[in-house]
Order: sequence, then C-alpha cells, then structure tokens
Amino acid sequence: MEKFRGVDYYGMEELLAEDERMIRDAVRDWVEAQFVPLVAEHHRAGTFPVGLIPKLGELGVFGASLKGYGCAGLSNVAYGLIMQELERGDSGLRSCASVQSGLVMYPIHAYGSEAQKERWLPVLQRGEAVGCFGLTEPDHGSDPGAMKTRARRTADGYVLNGTKLWITNGSIADVAVVWAKEDDGEIYGYLVERGTPGFGTLDIHGKFSMRASITSELSFQDCRIPAENKLPNVKGLRGPLGCLNQARYGIAWGAVGAAMACYDWALQYAQQRVQFGRPIAGFQLVQQKLVWMVTEITKAQLLVLQLGRLKDSGRLRPQQVSLAKRNNVQMALDGARLARDILGAAGIVDEHPIIRHMLNLETVNTYEGTHDIHTLIVGRDITGLDAFGAAQG
Amino acid sequence: MKILVAIKQVPDTATQVKISGDPKAIETSGITWIISPYDEFAVEEALRIKEKRGQGDVVAVSLGPDRVKEALRSALAMGADRAVHVNDPALAGADTLLTARALAAVVKQESPALVICGRQAIDDDMGAVGAQLAELLGWPCASWIMEETVDADAKTVRVGRQVEGGLEVFDLPLPAVLSAQKGLNEPRYPTLKGIMGAKKKEIKDVKAADLALGDAAPQLTVTTLEALPPRPPGRIIQGEVKDAVKELVRALREDAKVI
Repeated sequence: MEKFRGVDYYGMEELLAEDERMIRDAVRDWVEAQFVPLVAEHHRAGTFPVGLIPKLGELGVFGASLKGYGCAGLSNVAYGLIMQELERGDSGLRSCASVQSGLVMYPIHAYGSEAQKERWLPVLQRGEAVGCFGLTEPDHGSDPGAMKTRARRTADGYVLNGTKLWITNGSIADVAVVWAKEDDGEIYGYLVERGTPGFGTLDIHGKFSMRASITSELSFQDCRIPAENKLPNVKGLRGPLGCLNQARYGIAWGAVGAAMACYDWALQYAQQRVQFGRPIAGFQLVQQKLVWMVTEITKAQLLVLQLGRLKDSGRLRPQQVSLAKRNNVQMALDGARLARDILGAAGIVDEHPIIRHMLNLETVNTYEGTHDIHTLIVGRDITGLDAFGAAQG
Repeated sequence: MKILVAIKQVPDTATQVKISGDPKAIETSGITWIISPYDEFAVEEALRIKEKRGQGDVVAVSLGPDRVKEALRSALAMGADRAVHVNDPALAGADTLLTARALAAVVKQESPALVICGRQAIDDDMGAVGAQLAELLGWPCASWIMEETVDADAKTVRVGRQVEGGLEVFDLPLPAVLSAQKGLNEPRYPTLKGIMGAKKKEIKDVKAADLALGDAAPQLTVTTLEALPPRPPGRIIQGEVKDAVKELVRALREDAKVI
C-alpha cells in the first residue's frame, strides 16, 4: 500500500491558510515517519510508545492552541488539523495529545494560578511531564455531577478520597487534574502530583479497543494535598465541562483522521485486490461503500472546518461541538466497519490498520460524552426541552 | 558566517507524473510540492553549522513561480533566517546554466561564505547547478558530500565524499560551493512554532532585471517529454515441463534474443 495520501474530494485545501497546511503536513510527515512504523507492535502489546511524548513536545503539539508558556498559539483550525493527523495514526496517539492539551494544560491555563501555570505549562508543553484528567468514576460516567470523590478542607490543604476510572495516561502522569466535591457540594479541580501519599494508579487490562493507549484507575485514600494545588478560578461542573469541550472539539477533528486512514487504505486495497478477474473496486457494492465513505468524510471535513472557524472567531457554542463529535465519530466508526468489510479476511489482521481504527472508534464513540449524551445535548438545544434524567419534567 | 542554501521545489516523491497537453511539460494540477530531498539535507546542514558556531545567517534561495514561496517558507520554518525568491516569468524556462547564473547573481549580492545545495533535484535529475554555480563564481566546489567541518575562523571547510569503499576527504578554502548527498544528516521536522515564526520572516522577491542577467534565454530547451512505452504483456508457456523448457529456451534465443 502506498503511504497515506490524504482525502480531499472537494478541494478544501484552498480553504486552509498556508500555515495551516504546513502545520498539517508537518504533523502528517511526523506521524508517518515516527509513529506508523511502531503502532502495530504497540497495539499488539497493549502499550503506548511513551518515548514519543517528548518528541511530540518538541514538534509542538501539546497545548498548541494556547498562548504563552512556550505554547505555539495556533488557531483552533490548525489545532484541529493536528488532531486529525494524529488520529490518522491512531486514536491512542490523538488521545494522548488531547488529554495533555485539552484536559490538563487547558484547565491549568484557564483556571490555574500563575504559580501553577509557571510550574506545569512549560514542562507539559515540552512533553517532559505528562498529565491526566480525573473526572469519570466507576459509578458515575455520563452523570459526573453525582461524583463521589470528596475533597475535605483541612488547616493547610485538602484530603482527597475516591476513585476515578478510565483515565488516559493515568499511570504515567506526573500530575493529575482531579475533580472532587467539597463539603459545600460544589465541584472543584485539584492538581495531584505523582508520588503524593494516598494517590495510587492501576492500569486497566483486557481492552479490545485503544490498546495502544494507557488507561488507568486513580485511587485517592486520605490523599493530602497543599491548598495551593487547588485550581483557584473555577467552581462547579462548568470547570470539567469546559475542558471536555476542548477535548471534544479535538475528537471531532480526530475522527475525520481515522476515517481518512480507513478510506485511503480500503480504496487502495480495493483497486489492487482482484477477484473474478477484476479489481474489487470495480464492483458496484464495493463502490457503494467507498462512495459512502468519501461522501461522509467530505461532509465531516466541512463540518469541523466551520466549527473551527466559529471557535477562532469566538462564536462557538458547546452544542455545536456536540453535534460534530456525535456525527464525526459515528461516521468514522461506520466507515471503519465498511472498510473492514472491503478487506474481507485481511480486514481482521493488524497488518492492515483498519481493525485497529475500528476498535479504537468504539471507545471514541462513547468517551468524552457518549453518542447518546451528545444527542440529548443537541436535542435539548433545539427543542428547549431537557431529556436528561427521568426526574426532570 | 553567512550561508546561502539553494533549494528547488519539486513534485512530491509519491506523485504519479503525467505529461500534460503540451508535451514539453508535466501536468501540474493536483501535484503536492516539496523541497527536493537533497536540498533539505543542505538546509539542515546550514542550520547545524550556524547552531554549532552559535551565530550566523542562513539564507534560502530558490527560483520559480509563486508556489515556490511555500518551499521557501518550509525552509524558514526549519530555521533559515530569511529567503530570496527569484520570481520572474522571464526565467520560467530556465535551464541549469541560467538558473546557476541567476543564483550566482544572488550570491554576489549576498556574499555568503558558503553555498550549499542538494546533489541534484529529484525531478529532472540534472545535477548540474551546483557545479555550474561554483564555476561562474570561480569558487571551489565539492559534490555529494557526506560530512563537513568548517574551521573555527571560517576560512576553510573540510569535507568528506563517499567513494567506493571509503571516504575521500578534501580541504576547500572558503567561500565554496558544496552539494549534499543523502547521509549527510537527518533533516529536522519544522516545529509548529517554527512554522508560525516563518510567517514573520522576510522573503525578498527578486526579478531578472535586479540580477542584471542580460540575455535570459536558456541554451537548453525541452523538445518533448515521452512517457515510457507500456510494458508488453508477459507470456506463459503452457504444456508439459519438458516441452515448455524447450520452448522457453527457443523463445529466449530467437524471440527475445537474450541468450
């Protein structure tokens, strides 16, 4: 198979600025040379190539759309293109960058004290430190407001108790952004450093999806942290939801990358694979699948591009991010399944990237707000009626 | 120390080249353009010389239409300090000698201590510009270099060229022209900050008139481009092995005339 050629059926290249194209190409080249040769092996072993984290930092992807503290200060469209190219490699690679940028650096940048920013943002940007984000709990996923993790105020700080689950990069993180409730019932964010007594991590094994990504459980047992580790400038669910909005924006772009990878591969395969004396790309049912994929990819590309322009001009509403995340991830998952079909038996082995993307997208479809939750967010937005929770009328 | 790097923008290595309606040119629509890979080695080496010395000025120069700005911008994103773009329709059909004359004029204006280029461009593979440029300038030239060391005073450069079974080492007085072979270095990726920074760096536009080239007619003109003839289909010899071998030998001797 030839190396990834990109997918641009509608000449969208011309909608991008020169620096946006250069940034996309730089990340595309990096992924092709540095990541693609490693991914199948890591997927098999269930490991993440952690040695690439400082290299990603050097390239400049972490916190790329933030200003100051060594960050590149890119537009949101450029940031989205980075996410697209990373997820073209693997959802685990994009997740690593998404978490570090959208869920760790963003809250420190938006809600942190100057000391917290100085301490963490430069090292996180360079990939010399890794961060993770603790919101989801074993019993509270889509309903984070019901979280059980508690932060009790003491004379000189806080004591954390609780468990967080499905935490990307949990066990390799130098700092965890943890969300917990205080006695007033409000949610606040806390920076918990690796090695703090009472803070433990455990990796989740047996995953059939996101295998080239570290997923962990974080546990806090009378974990004492100093008062200055609390994020001072945010209170309530608004804090973690603001972060998720950043990450979901990146996912909407990333899913397009995974879909492009599957389409490009399946197209090349179908043009080369001969059955009944001709390339299978010449059969109507195969063409139908490929046409579906290129159509949906083209629509998704236009969707995220306008989403990014809205974000860059400060007009973006979170519900618009929900619509894009919901649409693009479902599209990518459906497209990956079609691509797997086109490859027949070959579609199930890791010699081809498709089954890996397909399985990854099962995770992407339900993390950072499930497909269904995003349906309800958009549903509430357009009808004015809240369908969350039976108790509400 | 000022170093000038001459780069050429070429179609991406994965391009399926097609001859256009005008049989003297290739179809350029849909082509992705890149810096010719050997020229990337040249950019990288210039940046390394600058970094090693702790100071210096790396100027990227290229000849060609507007799209060439993207290649220059890539060199700036890698870390070059500024760029010169020789952008003049009068030079559209430039051959290697005219290109070298234009570059020589830029070199005279810039007076660098060293010029580095790739050993050849990967599109037309002529591999002539470096040597022609050195000749026009009256400078020494070492081609296909695998390593280089500029002395502390920037008076000489020692270069190693790959030869059969070993390395051939030369000392050249500066200023000089070097052309880069694969293996000289591993070019860096432009960082995202580098790409953003490149937007603020200068790309100076230069016309043929600014270079006082006089007669700008190429001496070499493309007459026509011909695609390779399609490969004739193979032939499978059927039948018993004994007879098939006989037929194969006969076909190789009489039809293909290879034995």
